[in-house]
Amino acid sequence: MRLEAKDICYAYQKGRPVLSHVNFGIESGEAVGLTAPSGYGKSTLGKILAGYLTPQSGTVSIDGKTREDTGYNPVQLIFQHPEKAVNPRWKMKRILNEAWNPPEEMIRSMGIEQDWMNRWPSELSGGELQRFCVLRALSPRTRFLIADEMTTMLDMITQAQIWNEVRKHAERENMGIVVISHEKHLLERLCGRIVRLDG
Amino acid sequence: MSSELKTEKDFKKAPGRLRPVRGTREQAILHISLFLLILAGIMIAGSRIPSGSIYVDLEQISQPPSLKHLFGTDWVGRDMLTRTMKGLSLSIWVGIICSLASTLTAALFGILAPTLGGRADALVSWLVDLTLSVPHTILIILISIACGGGFRGIVAGVAATHWTSLTRVIRAEVLRINTSEYVRASRQFGKSRRYIARNHLLPHVIPQMVVGTVLVFPHAILHEASITFLGFGLPPHEPAIGVILSESMKYLTSGQWWLAFFPGLCLIMVSVMVSALGRSLERILNPATAYKK
Repeated sequence: MRLEAKDICYAYQKGRPVLSHVNFGIESGEAVGLTAPSGYGKSTLGKILAGYLTPQSGTVSIDGKTREDTGYNPVQLIFQHPEKAVNPRWKMKRILNEAWNPPEEMIRSMGIEQDWMNRWPSELSGGELQRFCVLRALSPRTRFLIADEMTTMLDMITQAQIWNEVRKHAERENMGIVVISHEKHLLERLCGRIVRLDG
Repeated sequence: MSSELKTEKDFKKAPGRLRPVRGTREQAILHISLFLLILAGIMIAGSRIPSGSIYVDLEQISQPPSLKHLFGTDWVGRDMLTRTMKGLSLSIWVGIICSLASTLTAALFGILAPTLGGRADALVSWLVDLTLSVPHTILIILISIACGGGFRGIVAGVAATHWTSLTRVIRAEVLRINTSEYVRASRQFGKSRRYIARNHLLPHVIPQMVVGTVLVFPHAILHEASITFLGFGLPPHEPAIGVILSESMKYLTSGQWWLAFFPGLCLIMVSVMVSALGRSLERILNPATAYKK
């Protein structure tokens, strides 16, 4: 499977394009880094790939087909701030099971404790919440994961734990990962290929 | 640090702990049930008093508060406690009907406007601004007279003016949730509009509506009393608080303070109580504050 963005142009304000004529592609099973200084449109491209934004021109396709608007999106985006990405009035168990029912061993290796399941999101830390947000997007139907600064606000140990699990899952399911980050070392460690948007 | 926390936890779990744990939740439930009991008591007491018990007794005119007449008697010897109770239960009825009607209007407009968007949204915002731009009292008087006055007029007037702020709150809430990251994520998971409305939207909007209904209540009964006081509301033969207060004005100068003091105090107490009830409800419905100790 190949996720491909062709000739993407996007501008938040008229006449000031963030992305102009950008091409980007990723095969399933591949891990691609996406980096650039702030304001170069990394996150914008991530949102376009995941269908959160519609580009003014250009197309996003999977194996040459454009995505339907309804149904499960095989391209899932993970946000940088997990506390905004969960419904504050849902308990953690319900949040985790919204898209699919993750198997017990994935929950455990993600470092999620059984005790957290009955809590409200406001009673967990950012790192703890992010494990839930990552795991709920790792359904087998997810073919590509866009990790937009997914672990930037977490400590080193949590980062390593989450990435280990995501990589293991990607290998098992042959899922592609786009890693959007400022961190050179993280990208070099995780990705076979790094794309610079400012280059 | 962690050992300290552990001992505290153990202490709470231990049987026969030293003092009961009273968190926000327990306190709020206690308040709410107490207030509801008092309000229900007033309503039942007020509706069970037969109208014959408010009789003219010329031997007992203008008695100050005593054990026999706790709130005193008026210038024709009627017992003020009985009149106040009757008036309060009438006020509570007006309050309940008005706040329910306002909430229904607010829910309808507040959810439809952002859902339909465009012109419908602009129209609702314009209606809210229009209603808010006219002073409440004048608008209630006008609507009340137009509807033929009396109980029906006052209910229509108050209900037609108190839906505005709640409409704004609900509209803003719906807009905020529909653009939130968790709803967008839900859409990416392939969830339908109906699923999102039921599972993401309503759990936020319903608590707002419940709290809104309760918080409109004190406004409604105070407006009812003030309009009746001015003579545009309930007719003078009804034992309404507004009627009692406006009649007592004539006798205040002759030192009969109890005629206005006790009914006024009761009205204020009922409004304060209901408003406290609304705030307690708000605390336990919000997960961020529900379990605070």
